[in-house]
Amino acid sequence: MMEILGIPAPVFLGQLLLGAINGAFYAVLSLGLALIFGLLNLINFAHGTFYMLGAFVSWLGLRYLGIDYWTSLVVAPLAVALFGIVIERTMLKRLYDLDHLYGLLLTFGLALVIEGVFRQLHGASGQPYAIPSALSGGVNLGFMYLPVYRAWVILASLVMCLVTWLIIERTKLGALLRAATENPDLVRAFGVNVSLMITVVFGFGAALAAFAGVLAAPIYSVNPIMGANLIIVVFAVVVIGGMGSIMGAILSGFLLGLVEGLTKVYWPEASSVVAFMVMAVVLMVKPAGLFGRNA
Amino acid sequence: MTRESLLVLRDLQTWYGESHILHGVSLDVAEGEVVTLLGRNGAGKTTTLKSIMGLARHRRGSVAFGGQETVHLSPNRIARMGIAFCPEERGIFSSLNVRENLTLPPVIRDGGMSLDEVYDLFPILLERGGSVGTKLSGGEQQMLAIARILRTGAKFLLLDEPTEGLAPVIVEQIGRIINVLKERGYTILLVEQNFRFASTVADRHYVVEHGRIVDEVSGNAVSSNREKLEAYLGV
Repeated sequence: MMEILGIPAPVFLGQLLLGAINGAFYAVLSLGLALIFGLLNLINFAHGTFYMLGAFVSWLGLRYLGIDYWTSLVVAPLAVALFGIVIERTMLKRLYDLDHLYGLLLTFGLALVIEGVFRQLHGASGQPYAIPSALSGGVNLGFMYLPVYRAWVILASLVMCLVTWLIIERTKLGALLRAATENPDLVRAFGVNVSLMITVVFGFGAALAAFAGVLAAPIYSVNPIMGANLIIVVFAVVVIGGMGSIMGAILSGFLLGLVEGLTKVYWPEASSVVAFMVMAVVLMVKPAGLFGRNA
Repeated sequence: MTRESLLVLRDLQTWYGESHILHGVSLDVAEGEVVTLLGRNGAGKTTTLKSIMGLARHRRGSVAFGGQETVHLSPNRIARMGIAFCPEERGIFSSLNVRENLTLPPVIRDGGMSLDEVYDLFPILLERGGSVGTKLSGGEQQMLAIARILRTGAKFLLLDEPTEGLAPVIVEQIGRIINVLKERGYTILLVEQNFRFASTVADRHYVVEHGRIVDEVSGNAVSSNREKLEAYLGV
């Protein structure tokens, strides 16, 4: 059997694939977090909850309304975006003039409340979500078996990240967003409704998280704490990439997923902490993060 | 004053948190005029501009623009009425290149300069279009900060110390640009500490001290009032 670095190739590549999938979720989630942090200066602890909600809306939609996976991929992010917008308009908006800590506490509280409600309604055990038939099965690549759905998750996440990045870096709207991130008051003085932009960006960040949740539903079981488990690592990703850096969030998301995958091959016990070890090292060497603008 | 006032401030008071900065500023700017606010550091000149623009939120009194009260409006609403602001720190965005900086402010009404006209006035900006905004020299950044508000159609410009920290040759260039803008019908309220420069461009000067207007000098009376002005400015 072929070996890579002393490990049988299928095992090595299998872990790498798992790492890439986790990385895809990290990337999409940390991208939304970075966008929200950049414009709102808010550390959104409810981001994992938006991810969980995406998966749940998808599951509930299929079970009670017969909404299929493909429709969910559009409907669930829209529903969660709307929910995020309501939260921004009714609650977060009141906190912008206060210390950042208040926004963090509010979103942390919201996350606990929403997760609690879902745990009460649906229990803590996971609900299965079937892989859509068009994406079931797998391909034998000769050196490894590649499940089609997993390849789809990576592809869809990559496309979503790329499109978001292009909008931010290459369009007029993106330029306004970057400018408002730097100096919101001056952008207001140019006649731009920055408050509206903030609402839209928060909704978009929530939609990204929900999109990841829908992608995750067939892979991980749909359960109330799926977001809470993931979000702590995603915070590490955002710090590694550089708070508020878009490309940093995307690249470090995928990178960290792969690093975790490799750690599982060589030192399985360390795989759950490797993200934080990387974060600690990055903070020591480059406190602004790998792609951060300034320290 | 023969022309009707475009901007009228009456008893404008402004606070930053607990500190009371403006203690009742009243002034008038007629359409087509160039008026300066002279005064020492901390006198309240910048705060006056920020209060007009709505960026200093906690304000009271009256700021009427074109006959309409604006003292309760948000900055984006005020900007849409046709007022543009060029801040003292210039506010060039480091995550945007020169072209993006230049085209960032949305066009709010007809009658602004076209991009070609802006480039005619500031050829350096065409040359440096792809550079990161903050990589420009101080003078170039100032040109960019002025240039970007000329496209929007706003005809009332608030310029906060456009000559600060710049070489004499650049200051001269900015003086020429202000005169061009005046010929084109722009109305300008200018904050300056350099009254020699101000006297070359402005029709009238207000002297600001401790958050109030303490004196008004017409442009052609600057030389006869030189000693008084020097005393105000502490030069």
